[in-house]
Amino acid sequence: MSNEQPVLELEGLSVTLPAGADRPYAVEDVSFAVRKQEILCVVGESGSGKSVTAHTVMGLLPRKQLTPVRGAIRLLGENLLEKTPQQLRDLRGARMSMIFQEPMTALNPVHRAGDQIEEVLRIHTDLSEKQRLARVLEVMDAVRLPDPQKMRHSYPHQLSGGQRQRIMIAAALALEPALLIADEPTTALDVTTQAQILKLIKDIQREHDTGVLFITHDFGVVADIADRVVVMQTGKVVEEGPTERLLKSPQHAYTRMLISAVPSLTPRHREEPARSQVVLSTRNLNKIYGGGGFFQKAREVHAAKDVTLDIRRGETLGIVGESGSGKSTVARCIVRLIDPSGGQIFIDDDDIALLPTRLLRRHRRRVQIVFQDPYRSLNPRLTIGKSLVEGPMNFGLSRKAAWERARDLMNLVGLDPKAVDRFPHQFSGGQRQRICIARALAMEPEVLVADEAVSALDVSVQAQVLELLDEVRAKFDLAMLFITHDLRVAAQVCDSVAVMHRGVVVEYGRTAALFADPQHAYTKSLFEAAPGRDWAFGEFEELSAAQAGAT
Amino acid sequence: MLGFIVRRLLATIPVMGVVALFVFLMLHLSPGDPATVIAGDYASPADIERIRAKLGLDQPLHIQFGTWVWSLLQGDLGISIFSNLPVTQLIGQRLEPTLLLALTTLIITVVVAVPMGVIAAWKAGTWIDRSIMIFAVVGFSIPVFVLGYILIYFVSLKLGLLPVQGYRPISEGFFPFLRSITLPALTLSVIYIALIARITRASMLEVLDEDYVRTARAKGQLEWKVLIVHALRNAAVPIVTIIGIGIALLIGGVVVTESVYNIPGLGRLVLDAILKRDYPIIQGLILMFSFVYILINLAIDILYTLIDPRIRY
Repeated sequence: MSNEQPVLELEGLSVTLPAGADRPYAVEDVSFAVRKQEILCVVGESGSGKSVTAHTVMGLLPRKQLTPVRGAIRLLGENLLEKTPQQLRDLRGARMSMIFQEPMTALNPVHRAGDQIEEVLRIHTDLSEKQRLARVLEVMDAVRLPDPQKMRHSYPHQLSGGQRQRIMIAAALALEPALLIADEPTTALDVTTQAQILKLIKDIQREHDTGVLFITHDFGVVADIADRVVVMQTGKVVEEGPTERLLKSPQHAYTRMLISAVPSLTPRHREEPARSQVVLSTRNLNKIYGGGGFFQKAREVHAAKDVTLDIRRGETLGIVGESGSGKSTVARCIVRLIDPSGGQIFIDDDDIALLPTRLLRRHRRRVQIVFQDPYRSLNPRLTIGKSLVEGPMNFGLSRKAAWERARDLMNLVGLDPKAVDRFPHQFSGGQRQRICIARALAMEPEVLVADEAVSALDVSVQAQVLELLDEVRAKFDLAMLFITHDLRVAAQVCDSVAVMHRGVVVEYGRTAALFADPQHAYTKSLFEAAPGRDWAFGEFEELSAAQAGAT
Repeated sequence: MLGFIVRRLLATIPVMGVVALFVFLMLHLSPGDPATVIAGDYASPADIERIRAKLGLDQPLHIQFGTWVWSLLQGDLGISIFSNLPVTQLIGQRLEPTLLLALTTLIITVVVAVPMGVIAAWKAGTWIDRSIMIFAVVGFSIPVFVLGYILIYFVSLKLGLLPVQGYRPISEGFFPFLRSITLPALTLSVIYIALIARITRASMLEVLDEDYVRTARAKGQLEWKVLIVHALRNAAVPIVTIIGIGIALLIGGVVVTESVYNIPGLGRLVLDAILKRDYPIIQGLILMFSFVYILINLAIDILYTLIDPRIRY
């Protein structure tokens, strides 16, 4: 351990929550240090206080709601909690800077990219316009943005997610701060982009001696980037240590649980079932978005091209792909939430692809969907009981029978049947997703579509919901279509996997075979980019060691 | 951009056509013979016949419409039945007071309401916010004519600061004009200040929660610049929309205000024309107002594209 002064040092920091919250402190007695040239990862699930910690350092807490009451935050030895707002403002963006989770919303949509980088220089330096421009181009080059001279004139909406995050990083690094705080900077990005951004942060940190405080919930990312790790749970630090030590021999039960909940990239062994009946299939399914209006130029996006898939009874088919790959478009076409532009969708022998709404209605019951965001997919003004009985009653079930079924289903998904009178906001994210599954099952469907159904959930909750989905698939002999961007999740629940890229299925086969020996270049790049691919988290060792142990 | 403006201008042609058709039919489908309506209750059959011939009512309907539109295109809105003056001339005489009243009101409104809304949002939940919102509720609830008389009573009669009523054209000097227009504009603007302050506050509150506002603060930006440079421009689209609708509504509000302050503007012209059933004037004014609405809408749409680069037509 070096005796050098740490870049950032937290000492016994406590931040209060407003009265009436579920606990008195958002962050309680937190101490850790970020040293020079070090990436410190703070890991935890939602509500662990990791983001509050980061925002407290920056002085960006929402006023009057969260207040630091005890402890010290020392940036290069100076206590930030004793600074005036003016002094803090001078430090922000100059000595310490921050990048955020959502590059889509963290940039101002009405200002040009270059101007948003230049703003930092305007605020904190007396450089001339020419010098500022030179510096902007220099940092844009440093974060490896193509053609900075042209790109600085772009507006955020004209850039990809990865490019926007690079703009954010460029702005954060323009004045070479001593401390960079990265709050889940890659969570909203595709895996391949994520891998590039992680590498960029690591390279920059090495080149410029920056201390990095990196907030994440993803142990894959931790394994790839961290020098040291701090684990937080409900506002407290439960464990701290060098990355390898922590991943191999976690001391605290919570750390063990978090690490072992990371789904393995090695597909779970699944019985090769006797080829059961195909329940749902698509033949050359196409979807083209756009086409012009009377006064507008036509802009067409071919979101799904000749997609041909089969889903069998009792089996789960995964569609894996990055954003824009067309995986959700296929799911929505199959449920007929959007109308396909061409091709066929068979449920048993009925082609529903182009069926008019009037004739489609009786088939609606047979295919049900669970969406990504459990916070937005339940009507906040209906009790969950009402949400559960609505569908069956639309299809002629009596009120009494529908409520009966609702209560049975609550039991099935592991919730208290008496809770049917409560409203969605009274449940946690995981519980809401269970309710969404119950709602889909209430229709007694033949096919269940899960569109990124576990992506918004914490890993520990994710594992439970995945288990529930697998249970109901087995119990009702359902055909399941599982849409995900996460190879780890796909490895755990899918019998077969289709990999989609730019609207095309580039690879399609049994999960075990496809994961063991991916053929298509794109599939290979997905595996390359998967964070923490060298670790077998459940075994608490590196993958090579785990495989050696198994043979 | 230019293409968009041209397309939008071309798109106004069918709209104006429909407006013209309705205005035309308004006269011809009103109960009874328009000539009888125009002539009034005590006209002799000869009078009615004379009016009918004058209006060309002996022609088939579509020919009448054609002739009427043709003269419209040449800038001829017809002749007033009572004053026998061209409608264009009558409108022209009354245009200046109304236009300047509307403009002054608009300026007062924007200059007062937008900062009020921004400050209320910034200080949300404090006594500053609450006082501004109380003002907004009160301003919204007071009828224009009540407020007008209250202002006249205190400002003009008690304090003697400004003239009670009347209008001085701008050609007689800017200062006398300003003195004559201040009270009416103030009266008229209160309701719009209330409306636009509320919209600005709501819109700003939403934007202040956005991630890019946090980003701006993370860069160490000054608080007022965060508000103006980052937040307000993003909040501007709904504000501009409401200001646009406000201008359209303003034209209606002008009628009452002009009566209260005795200003010889279009509002008075409308009122007089309706009382006398002077149809050509009513037609001309409806056509003109419709055209103004369309132009305002066009201006708003163009403003959108300037405010928000994501909006492209």
